[in-house]
Amino acid sequence: MSKKMDIIELLHENSRLTDKQISIITGLSEDEVKDIIKNLEEEKVLLKYSTLVNWEKTEREVVRALIDVRITPQQGQGFNAIAERIGQYEEVKSVSLISGGYDLSVEVEGKTMKEIAIFVAERLAPIDGVLSTTTHFILKRYKQDGVFFTDGPEDNRLVVTP
Amino acid sequence: MIEDKYISDIVKNIPPSGIRKFFDLVTNSRDIISLGVGEPDFVTPWTIRKEGIDVLDRGTTTYTSNLGLFELRKAISFFLKNHYDLDYNPEREIMITVGASEAIDLALRCLLNNGDEVLVPVPSYVSYAPCIELTRGVPVYVPTEEKNNFIITPADLKSKITNKTKALILPYPNNPTGAIMKKEDLEAIKDIIIEHDLIVISDEIYSELTYDGKHVSIASLPGMKERTILLNGFSKAFAMTGWRLGYIAAEHGFIEAMNKIHQYTTICAPIMAQYAGIKAIYECEEDIEKMRKTYDQRRRFIVNGFREIGFDCFEPKGAFYIFPSIKKTGLTSQEFCERLLKEEKIAVVPGDAFGPGGDGYIRVSYAYSIDKIMKALERIERFAKKIF
Ligand SMILES: Cc1ncc(COP(=O)(O)O)c(C=O)c1O
Repeated sequence: MSKKMDIIELLHENSRLTDKQISIITGLSEDEVKDIIKNLEEEKVLLKYSTLVNWEKTEREVVRALIDVRITPQQGQGFNAIAERIGQYEEVKSVSLISGGYDLSVEVEGKTMKEIAIFVAERLAPIDGVLSTTTHFILKRYKQDGVFFTDGPEDNRLVVTP
Repeated sequence: MIEDKYISDIVKNIPPSGIRKFFDLVTNSRDIISLGVGEPDFVTPWTIRKEGIDVLDRGTTTYTSNLGLFELRKAISFFLKNHYDLDYNPEREIMITVGASEAIDLALRCLLNNGDEVLVPVPSYVSYAPCIELTRGVPVYVPTEEKNNFIITPADLKSKITNKTKALILPYPNNPTGAIMKKEDLEAIKDIIIEHDLIVISDEIYSELTYDGKHVSIASLPGMKERTILLNGFSKAFAMTGWRLGYIAAEHGFIEAMNKIHQYTTICAPIMAQYAGIKAIYECEEDIEKMRKTYDQRRRFIVNGFREIGFDCFEPKGAFYIFPSIKKTGLTSQEFCERLLKEEKIAVVPGDAFGPGGDGYIRVSYAYSIDKIMKALERIERFAKKIF
């Protein structure tokens, strides 16, 4: 695997790593690391350096829902136009085309369940081409992006071994 | 204890393990970050675990032949050829053991008569000397030094050979130093080994975890296969410590002798582990490579971290340990480790647990995520500021 991939994976795991730390870990010079990251940003491979937050432990009230959306593909554009339209809303955190019984999976965030229900009824469902929606509220997150929100599996190793 | 009078002298005389002592200290502390572990932080790759489950599902729960499943021996023969250019016949020259641990014991027991001397380079893995003593042999330490990259030099070797010397333990890549012996280093001691008619017990359990070129086995040098008992296993590279699976490759005569002991003391390695081992060899190259690369990244990171704090730190080329010097603190390894544990709740292993010559060093494992290593380094730095 290339050094470029190494850098992507390192940042994906921990976006707070400094250029210097990345250079130590990969064995590249700091300038090479800077160059590669700059290129990756320009190519829109690296889009944003964000943090995985367990909102439940903060004072902010957050409710998330996964919404299954069935749509009619549009002439010449397939699913893209509607998907992008749905994505315009600030409440919408992710939109993905998926295989199976429905077409789009949309993740929506709001302060309360009611707020999300209203968003679906008044904004999402009325969009032209949207045939149906099914809303699933997320009740508890166990794992996201490879990280456990609960205590998860612990290190079972003895603390000191030969 | 009244039982004491019943215990054999030989067992009584084995000194308590330095690691064990430290372990007891650590177990009584809370909230510690441990960098003291000698096993991978990865779980066994899924393909291998799945095979273990399937074997049980099929109801395959019997003994195997003493030497182990032929399919596994064939796989190991293929692996040794493929990775190290070694030729071992799977029918006659390979046997499966319960970890490299059993292999160490078998090799020593098949070779040693009362009073035979075995050369043990130190610092090294904790079990060689006790196993030699249990066999009524005599361990003769060969100190290796940082200025020689912790390898055995021809001069070191010569200086310890007597007419009682029967064998040499060759523990590379090394636990705890992380040293490796390259082809030219092995070639430099080869003639002495042959001249004195020594048998080499080569513990190559970390062979796949080598970060500077490919591992070279001493058995691949001309004239050495016939006097080498090669030990290896699945614990480290395949992250399979709990499966207890290892193997020995050697000339038929040695295998036969070791199998004599093995058949009475062990019968065979667990069948589930043996089947899983076949999968490990044929289907997990990619997993191994990924783990190796992750260790390598951590290695660079932790060595740099210790050096920036101000430690002199030998650059390890294999296994998953660093062995920084703490000599300039003026503390002994034991004092250093106990204080680090008490004051900053970090567990590392005192170097003297790995034999004479280990004092003045600590063993720090990097079988931990970079995140964890970073947190530990912060505490170690705070500690170092107090004592440097
Ligand atoms: C150098 C060395 N040899 C052998 C062993 C034993 O390994 P196994 O799990 O195969 O018994 C270890 C384990 O720590 C080791 O470090």
